[in-house]
Amino acid sequence: MNFDFSDDQKFLRDEARKFLTAQCTTAEVREVLDDDDKSHHEGVWKQIVDMGWLGTAIPDEHGGLGLGMLELCVIAEELGRALAPVPFASTAYFFAEALKLAGSDEQKTALLPKVADGSVIGCIAASEGPGAVDASKLKTTFADGKLSGTKVPVTDGDVATHAVVLAKDGNGASLLIVDLTNDGVSRTSLSTIEPTRSHAEINFDGAAAELLGNSGDGESLYNEIMNRAAVLLAFEQLGGAGRCLVMATEYAKERHAFGRPIGGNQAIKHKLADMYVKNEVGRSNAYYGAWALSTGAAELPEAAAAARLAASEAYWFASKENIQTHGGMGFTWEVDCHLFYRRAKLLAVQAGAPAQWKEKLVHALEMKNAA
Amino acid sequence: MDFNDSPEEAEFRAEARAFLGQHLDAKASGRPSRDESYMKRAKEWQNIKAENRFAQITWPEAMGGRGGTPMQQVIWNQEEGKFDAPTAPFAIGLGMCVPTVIAFGSDEHKERYVKRALHGEEIWCQLFSEPSAGSDVAGLKTKAVRDGDDWIVNGQKVWTTGAQFSDYGILLTRTDPDVPKHKGLTMFIVDMKQEGVEVRPIHQASGGREFNEVYFTDVRIPDSDRLGEPGEGWKVAIVTLMNERLAVGGSPGPDWSEIMDYARDAGTLSDSAFRAKLADWYVAAQGYKLTKFRTQTALSRGETPGPENSIGKIITANHLQDICNSAIEMQDHYGIINDGDKAPTDAIFQQSFMWAPGLRIAGGTDEILKNIIAERVLGLPQDVRVDKDKAFSEL
Repeated sequence: MNFDFSDDQKFLRDEARKFLTAQCTTAEVREVLDDDDKSHHEGVWKQIVDMGWLGTAIPDEHGGLGLGMLELCVIAEELGRALAPVPFASTAYFFAEALKLAGSDEQKTALLPKVADGSVIGCIAASEGPGAVDASKLKTTFADGKLSGTKVPVTDGDVATHAVVLAKDGNGASLLIVDLTNDGVSRTSLSTIEPTRSHAEINFDGAAAELLGNSGDGESLYNEIMNRAAVLLAFEQLGGAGRCLVMATEYAKERHAFGRPIGGNQAIKHKLADMYVKNEVGRSNAYYGAWALSTGAAELPEAAAAARLAASEAYWFASKENIQTHGGMGFTWEVDCHLFYRRAKLLAVQAGAPAQWKEKLVHALEMKNAA
Repeated sequence: MDFNDSPEEAEFRAEARAFLGQHLDAKASGRPSRDESYMKRAKEWQNIKAENRFAQITWPEAMGGRGGTPMQQVIWNQEEGKFDAPTAPFAIGLGMCVPTVIAFGSDEHKERYVKRALHGEEIWCQLFSEPSAGSDVAGLKTKAVRDGDDWIVNGQKVWTTGAQFSDYGILLTRTDPDVPKHKGLTMFIVDMKQEGVEVRPIHQASGGREFNEVYFTDVRIPDSDRLGEPGEGWKVAIVTLMNERLAVGGSPGPDWSEIMDYARDAGTLSDSAFRAKLADWYVAAQGYKLTKFRTQTALSRGETPGPENSIGKIITANHLQDICNSAIEMQDHYGIINDGDKAPTDAIFQQSFMWAPGLRIAGGTDEILKNIIAERVLGLPQDVRVDKDKAFSEL
């Protein structure tokens, strides 16, 4: 039984935590929060690029570090813990993984080295309005090498150089790669509940695009990309939820009411114990997702869904009850609680909200049972 | 990451599996078979295990154990669980009571009791809980009064598993009511077959009678059968209890796959509200199972497991209750039928529905377990204990 990260992976995690604790505090997060013109923190981003983290799971021959998905998981946890205000997830979990999964040799050779060296910032554009992404009802169309339609919201869509876009073509749904500096692309920044991560509405008006994978394979490829990203996002969620538990626990020990620490009351103790239990359920499920992701196991669909559901629930509970434990202080702009509450909700809906993942999970269990 | 045994673990697993296959049948259904020959079979099987040093694998060889690792014990339990192994009568004695005798007993005690318990000749029970001392067990009232070389015991214990079969017990008593409650306790070995010990089965809410009340009326215990010093009984009890929660935390009944199978047969698997709940149950069950894998990984590496193990019973007990409740509601009015010949799936959901409330209490209530996580894992302050420094007699 070896259901844990290796010593090397733990070392990488410790180094990532050291760096982020020093260089990516909530002061840096707030620089992005409080400035509408900032899409991300350029200083933190530059250092992350320089350390090569974007190439963690990109093979050597494409300019990456050639490590694996487990290494990317431990970095993800630390980025989540630090609320890193950078386009890392969009670039490394969605864009690079989409390329690795479906890209032609030419596409990989052209773009993966640029992801690894930071000259390409990627994003994925699927949503077109309220409700889950439905590949059978897309309004964005691709024909004759041209893409037309509107994607909203696109996380990091305003800062990205390239996008993977889900669109309808003659064979159904397909994935496209678009250089966002091309003619026919216009972008508008969006106001969201999570301003430390930038979002855009992207309008394509006959913009040049090329297929990623086969025409008509868009839905299955998109689902596969979401399964991979779900595991990585689960680690970001665990990092954030873990920090909420620490914050709430420390505050409950310090804050006195009625002559003693509020953490001596069972209403608080049991709430924080519940938080601990949810975080551990999230961690165990995320580890299983990491195993499935790193080994290419057939169990990835149910493992990814369970990781995502457990981590989304853990972060939601931890972030809202962290505010509650802090009382009135927790509802001020100055105290950091709301930063986690904002990020928790973004991460819970960014790759599809829990309801659709519950359905995906049960569907995967049915398929397994039928097999 | 992988779920494989190390070469040494694989070797031990193969050895265990081969040994088990020589002596036992594979398990037919979810639980070991229970019939009139159960106790006889259990004693025989315990003896065979002890003769071959598969009983209490982590105990030192001098005590009749194997001198093995905790991981080997985990592997043994996994493999033994696949067979129709009658082990229940010895779980508490060998898991909790006899280790206490080994830790605090005299050489004479170890000589007299350990081997016979290990070989299944004698059965032990644990006598701590009382009608007015459950979660707050240190508030117990059963009195032991010194009389020459003996102590005279009067009082009542409750929820004693296996008392009706037991030859000996470890008994926690109050020997000094004039000091705070934790400081006036003393632990004894008690002969359960002697005069003055009366065992009465408890008719549980579930309808069964697995647990007992035990009454002590002028029961005489020699001072030489004391475990630990007078007044040190709480420290002795902590050693006993350290093992309990692991023992109670196992998978207790029907889980997500059983209710999924039932829903498929019943034609309700397509119901979207049910599917959402099924997803939650899967996530919780996996959370519990995979957390055990993390613990086993630490054991396998020779490390001390982290506190994550403490989440087990909080999850499983509530989980079982929720699944059974939903299964009954899916059956609508018919769901009240608990006759195994008429109710779907042999009434397994109805039976576990009535068992689940007890599981949320046994071995530490949900509330006490959350206190333990809050205090010992998170380091939050202890609850207010107004009786902590007062003499027990003044409470």
